[in-house]
Amino acid sequence: MNGAQDLGGMMGFGPVVPEKNEPPFHATWEGRVLAMEVATRNAGVPWNLDMIRSVRESLPPLDYLSMSYYEIWLHSQTELLARHGLVIADEMKAGHALGGQKHAGHVLHADDVWAAVTRPGSYIRDVAEPARFAVGDRVRSLNINPTGHTRLPRYARAKVGTIGRVHGAHVYPDSNAAGRGEDARWCYNVTFAGRELWGADADPTLTVSLDLWEPYLEPA
Amino acid sequence: MSGHHHHDDHDHDHEGSELSEVALRVRTLESLLTEKGYVDPAALDALVEVYETKIGPRNGARVVARAWTDPAYRDWLRRDATAAIADMGYSGMGGAHMVALENGPGVHNMVVCTLCSCYPWPVLGLPPVWYKSAPYRSRAVIDPRGVLAEFGVTLPPDTAIRVWDSTAEMRYLVIPERPEGTEGWDAERLAGLVTRDSMIGTSLALSPDAAR
Repeated sequence: MNGAQDLGGMMGFGPVVPEKNEPPFHATWEGRVLAMEVATRNAGVPWNLDMIRSVRESLPPLDYLSMSYYEIWLHSQTELLARHGLVIADEMKAGHALGGQKHAGHVLHADDVWAAVTRPGSYIRDVAEPARFAVGDRVRSLNINPTGHTRLPRYARAKVGTIGRVHGAHVYPDSNAAGRGEDARWCYNVTFAGRELWGADADPTLTVSLDLWEPYLEPA
Repeated sequence: MSGHHHHDDHDHDHEGSELSEVALRVRTLESLLTEKGYVDPAALDALVEVYETKIGPRNGARVVARAWTDPAYRDWLRRDATAAIADMGYSGMGGAHMVALENGPGVHNMVVCTLCSCYPWPVLGLPPVWYKSAPYRSRAVIDPRGVLAEFGVTLPPDTAIRVWDSTAEMRYLVIPERPEGTEGWDAERLAGLVTRDSMIGTSLALSPDAAR
């Protein structure tokens, strides 16, 4: 969706301000939010990363832009837990269980944490269809404005670029976020000239490369 | 998204007495998830410890230093960065599929995630606040030289700037150029010159003088 998360090319946010010797977490609660995210996903909750991103992006733009990173994570956690009846809003108010579901399945234990975070994963799936594009092909990204989750940013829509890498068939976020299954599609790295994206005044030395799924692309 | 981590910077100082509204909500959520059997608080402690002490940019620095000193490893990184990095023991969450981007004479790579905060966790740990913030995510793709200037980096005007927007589950690690004056250094010593930002592409590896 054309939400506040789609920031590429916007202006007016001011300078980038790096922090010296920045800690991984700026408050205890931030670490707990990250840890709960990992632990609940390892307990087999009925949602995936694309659904989480979709919930975050659905925040009203003013909220999204004024919340801190881990506040946005906390929002997506409580929203998905409530939506699926695992922790309902009344329970958050009361501070104890009031009838939302309890969990009887697997739970992540401390001894399993290292294996859970370092286990190699893969988003590549076998598909029957061959890749439509090859390295060096010229492609045009589509002008699409879906109301659901997509990974084609606005700044890279309706632009001509060149296939630089063929990554394999990857889980397709637009489908996976909507609960329509993984529906793996071929995914490519596509390189665009800065001037194609931003016009004649752009830095002539700039290229921007994005990982884009086949349904976003047509031959140019 | 806000670049600040406002109103909660100091809950370490007030633990248990004066928790912010958000810290209280997090505490309530943790207690509910524990009561219902979804999380084990000891596992949460272990997860925090992993990302505070075990998985961070020293991992990536070791990959870069090995690439600088071992041409066969550098070739492997070019062909299959996921496998080459896993060979160092770094794999897993936030880094399922890796690509190494080599800087060289006249070529500078820089990584961003304009849509969220995708970042190669196994080699760099959790991303810094600035990487996740609106100023960086908005400008890295349209004004990378302006962003580099804010990091104190000025590149020659004819250096090609290649920006990589992490829109899928591919994760990018920049291999900065090996600094001059490091002939004969071993990988362990070289790793001390490889900063986190040099592996994101917002900085260069340290010179031997700067590292002193």
